[in-house]
Amino acid sequence: MTSSVSAHTSGPSARHSAATLEFRKATKRYAGQSEPAVKELSLTVPAGEICVLVGPSGCGKTTAMRMVNRMIDITDGDILLDGQSVRERRPAELRRYIGYAIQQVGLFPHLSVADNIATVPRLLDWDRERIRARVDELLELVSLDAAETRDRYPAQLSGGQRQRVGVARALAVDPPLMLMDEPFGAIDPINRERLQNEFLRLQREIRKTVVFVTHDIDEAIKMGDRIAIMQKGGKLAQYAPPAELLMQPANPFVEDFVGSDRALKRLALQRVRDVDLWKAPLVRVGESAAEARGKVAGSEVPYPLLVDDDGRPLGWLSERALAGDRVTDERLSRPDPVLELEDVLRDALSDLLAEEAQYGPVVDERGAVTGVLSIEILSHALKADLEAVPSRADAL
Amino acid sequence: MSPLLAQVEIRERTEGTCVSDNGFCPDWIVDNFDRYVDPFLQHVLLTVVAMAIGFVISFSLALLAYRRRWLINPITQVTGVLYTIPSIAAFFLLLPVTGRGFLTAIIALVAYVLLIIFRNVLTGLDNVPDETKDAGRGMGLTDRQLLWRVEVPLALPEIMAGLRIAATTTVGLATLAFFAGAGGLGEQIFADINFKSNVVAAGGLAVALAAVLDGAILLAQRAITPWTRAASAR
Amino acid sequence: MNDFFDAIDFIFSERESPAGGARVGGLANMWELTWEHLQLSGVSIAIACAIAIPLGLWLGHTGRGGFLAINASNVGRAVPSLALIAFFVAYIGVGFTNLTLALVLLAIPPILTNTFTGVRQVERDTVDSARGMGMTGTQIVRRVELPLALPLIFGGIRISAVNVVATATIAPLAGVVTLGDPIINVNTYGDEGRLAAALVVALLAVLTEVVLGVVQRAVTPRGLKLEGGSRWRRLALGMPNDRREATT
Repeated sequence: MTSSVSAHTSGPSARHSAATLEFRKATKRYAGQSEPAVKELSLTVPAGEICVLVGPSGCGKTTAMRMVNRMIDITDGDILLDGQSVRERRPAELRRYIGYAIQQVGLFPHLSVADNIATVPRLLDWDRERIRARVDELLELVSLDAAETRDRYPAQLSGGQRQRVGVARALAVDPPLMLMDEPFGAIDPINRERLQNEFLRLQREIRKTVVFVTHDIDEAIKMGDRIAIMQKGGKLAQYAPPAELLMQPANPFVEDFVGSDRALKRLALQRVRDVDLWKAPLVRVGESAAEARGKVAGSEVPYPLLVDDDGRPLGWLSERALAGDRVTDERLSRPDPVLELEDVLRDALSDLLAEEAQYGPVVDERGAVTGVLSIEILSHALKADLEAVPSRADAL
Repeated sequence: MSPLLAQVEIRERTEGTCVSDNGFCPDWIVDNFDRYVDPFLQHVLLTVVAMAIGFVISFSLALLAYRRRWLINPITQVTGVLYTIPSIAAFFLLLPVTGRGFLTAIIALVAYVLLIIFRNVLTGLDNVPDETKDAGRGMGLTDRQLLWRVEVPLALPEIMAGLRIAATTTVGLATLAFFAGAGGLGEQIFADINFKSNVVAAGGLAVALAAVLDGAILLAQRAITPWTRAASAR
Repeated sequence: MNDFFDAIDFIFSERESPAGGARVGGLANMWELTWEHLQLSGVSIAIACAIAIPLGLWLGHTGRGGFLAINASNVGRAVPSLALIAFFVAYIGVGFTNLTLALVLLAIPPILTNTFTGVRQVERDTVDSARGMGMTGTQIVRRVELPLALPLIFGGIRISAVNVVATATIAPLAGVVTLGDPIINVNTYGDEGRLAAALVVALLAVLTEVVLGVVQRAVTPRGLKLEGGSRWRRLALGMPNDRREATT
């Protein structure tokens, strides 16, 4: 491999190696079956991008993914990792440099979280100190408290926590490629959204090449830099960035699979962070009411938003809160829906509609308010979107 | 040459004492405790050696059969027959071949536990969840690494359960070992089978040994499989 | 090898006892001993089943007494058969009836534990649907739980039967003359007699196991057999699926 696994315990902000992945007419045929499971799949995933394999069940997406790390043997054609065929290396060795995260996670029940994550580093003979530091680093990366979680057993974790440990484990040796098979599939929808957002945030930082398998087209559009839609018989129907997929479906199958709500789906092409948010009139209890009133007047949002000392939203305030000298805690309503920067616009709209709210505070990864999103902003974005097709790659 | 014929003990026949009335006499037991020490130690030796050899053989067979499934049936049949043949009969079937003594007893005892340990090891390995194995392989563990670092540890509870069963039954069977000329607590029971205190003492020691071994293995299992207890506390 | 030929010869031809005085050996003698052996074993197993199966069914159906039922086997295993027999001889006396009592006690634990576990491991959903369909408790036991528990119950009976047949070998210590007589009183029957008896006992035990295995397969509901695979194999070996049993 020309791109080697980084031999340094680099922090998340350092540059990491990511490999290019190429499927070259990769085919998988099972004995006794007329149709191949994967038929001459050819596509290239540029380094540092997420390629989502999506399609109906039986279309060969999982098979294709498992051919990369040779969990399933390639019948014909080839798969190249940074230009080198995966067939040239011994399977066990190859897999140590590829992150592998599956739906049921498959954590080792008899090992603590730390030992689980340390599995591949131990296989590669890292020294103990280095492993320890890396485990803690990874746990923080996936938003788990290292001190608390490190010594727990998988049986003591919730589903969401297990998934995070699974991702941490896959990232242990900083592999140039990650394979993820429906990693968030077994989680409830609310936590799934959260995990998706966190993974995207992570990806911003570490920029790995990822092959991500899902059956959910919405997840594909949200997560993928490029999407490969596969159909029954293991054939590739279309391989394109999400915007192209939505604007120019290559054939009736793709059109059908993407769904008739393509226009609405386009809202998923943009994230909350991509649009201009309204300035939030943030006030704290005990602040001067006159100042507060000034903030409200200077913002498009008609109500003041009460936040705590860390900037986290507590609720929308009523007029009476600003009636006296100091701001008091007279709430009109809860701050919900609280939106995140990584949310796609489609989900943000759906959250606002669900709460019957016109506005929702937007928070960053620490939970502090950075702005306000409103239905008005969304309808502008939708209108603008119809006029020009933005690509997420441009927005970066 | 016939230790099998009941050796009637000659005891103090004093009128009206506990002993002559053939009651349960704790004093007599305490006074005569020395006569049980050697048989007890023989008993322990028989049990431990039989278990150790039996475990080594069964465990190896199970590892073999785990990868080559076609072996499961034949091995189960053979160990099954060995399991079924009563030990006491086995002692004498072996007599012409291995003669009287420790070896004969051990062979018969080992033959008995093979099936128990074999099927428990195999079941334990079979119970390892598929996704755990998939994850392990996908991460780059070789088959051998997967076996020793993942599959065997996860099979330990089942294996230890089998060992517990094997231990308690072996202690029970070892009481018959004196038929093969290997001593043990059974010899003491048989020597004075009508005397209650004797029977209770020797029999009680055997039961106690079984209980201690059972408990010891259970404690060992708890100690080396800490994750099985961690199921709660979310 | 000569010894084995001598033993076979003993089975078929009568001869003078080495201790003098009586005639031993030959088919009639062997059959006498075997029949006594079978009688003792058979009666003990039958009584044990009559006690343990209904008890196990009831405990399993109501879910009570689990601790007792599951640990009965553990305790039973720890008591050596020789000690049990000796205990009975010392405290209750010799004779067929007394010995049967001892053997019944020996035979109950595996049958009880397996019956209990067999009922408990019937899928809760299945029992639920039966109840929802209007079956009474007894009907549920009879038509649903019992048939589905049969493989395990028979597994337990097999284990007990083989144990009893083996233990009946030392019955002569309690005055019941079974196939163990030539083994214990070797002076009367000679070395060939002893080996012959050992052979027959071994054969008897294996036969018991095989015959009961056939019966077990015969009474297993077809649906369960079709499930196939390791589950059937484990049930057939009398091993419950329940890990609770394994890890108490």
